[in-house]
Amino acid sequence: MGRYFTAEDGGAAASFDEIEAGVLRAYAEQMLELIDAREGTGGTAEDLIASAFIEGPTELPEDPALARLFPDAYTDPGPDGDAQAASAEFRRYTENDLRARKRDDARAVIRSLEALAPEGRRRERLHLEPDECRQWLGALNDLRLVIASRLGITQDEDFEELMDLEDDDPRSPLVLTYGWLTTLQDTLVEAMMRSLER
Amino acid sequence: MRCAAAVETERSATPSEVADPDVPWITLVHNDPVNLMSYVAYVFQSYFGFSEAKANQLMLDVHNKGRAVVSSGTREEMERDVQAMHGYGLWATLRQDR
Repeated sequence: MGRYFTAEDGGAAASFDEIEAGVLRAYAEQMLELIDAREGTGGTAEDLIASAFIEGPTELPEDPALARLFPDAYTDPGPDGDAQAASAEFRRYTENDLRARKRDDARAVIRSLEALAPEGRRRERLHLEPDECRQWLGALNDLRLVIASRLGITQDEDFEELMDLEDDDPRSPLVLTYGWLTTLQDTLVEAMMRSLER
Repeated sequence: MRCAAAVETERSATPSEVADPDVPWITLVHNDPVNLMSYVAYVFQSYFGFSEAKANQLMLDVHNKGRAVVSSGTREEMERDVQAMHGYGLWATLRQDR
C-alpha cells in the first residue's frame, strides 16, 4: 500500500500517516472557510432555508483564488453585447450550487480522513468508493487551484521555477504541498480511468 | 488562461450583432497551468461520455492551442455544460458560434 492512489475494487486506495492525514484535513477545512467566506451562512437548517430565498452573487470574487473557483461564464460580448451582464446573470443562478458542490467535496475528504486514525509514521489504509473518488478528485483539484493562485502560478513553467526555491523560502512548504496534492490527484485519476475501462 | 482571454477579446472586437436563434452556441474549455492533462481528459470522458481517443485529442487541443470547443447546442444546454465544467474546476465559457 503506497503513499499514492492505486485502483482497488472499482474504487481507489492510498495510505496516509498522521502528519499527511492531518495536513490534508486542515487544508480541506480551510477550503470550507474560503468557500463560505463571502456568504456568511453556516450549515444550520435555518441558514439553508434562508439561502434558498437569497439571490446568488452576481460579481466575480475579488480574491483571485475564489475568482478561479467561481469564474465568469462569458468573456465574449456576444449577441447580448455585454459579457459582464451575462456573466452576472449566470452567476446569480449557478454560483450557490457551485459553492454547495465544492463544500460537499471538501467535506467528503474531511469525513474520509476523520475515519482514519494513523499514529505517527504508521500508515493507515484509506479505501474510496467510486462516488468518494469523484468527490476527492474535485476537492484535490479545488485545493490545487487555490494554492496555485496563492503561489502566483499563471503559466505552465511557473511551477518548475518554484521547484528551485531555497529551502528557507517561506513559499517552500506550500510548493511541497502543491506537488504532493498533484501526485495524489494524478494517481487518483489514473486509478479511476482504470475503473472506467472495466 | 489570461492569454486565452486576451484572444477572446480581440476576436470579439467586431460590433456584436442581434442574436440569431439559428446560430448554435458553443462551450469552450480554456487552458490553465493547474489542471492536469489526465484530469481534463478524465472530465471529458466522464461528463461528455467521449471515447478515450476523443477526450485525449480535445485535452491536447486545450493544452496546445489554449482552448477547445467541447460541445455545441442551445444557449441553455451550453450554460449547463459550463456550469458542470466549473464544478470540475475547469475554466469554461460559452458564446455563440459565429
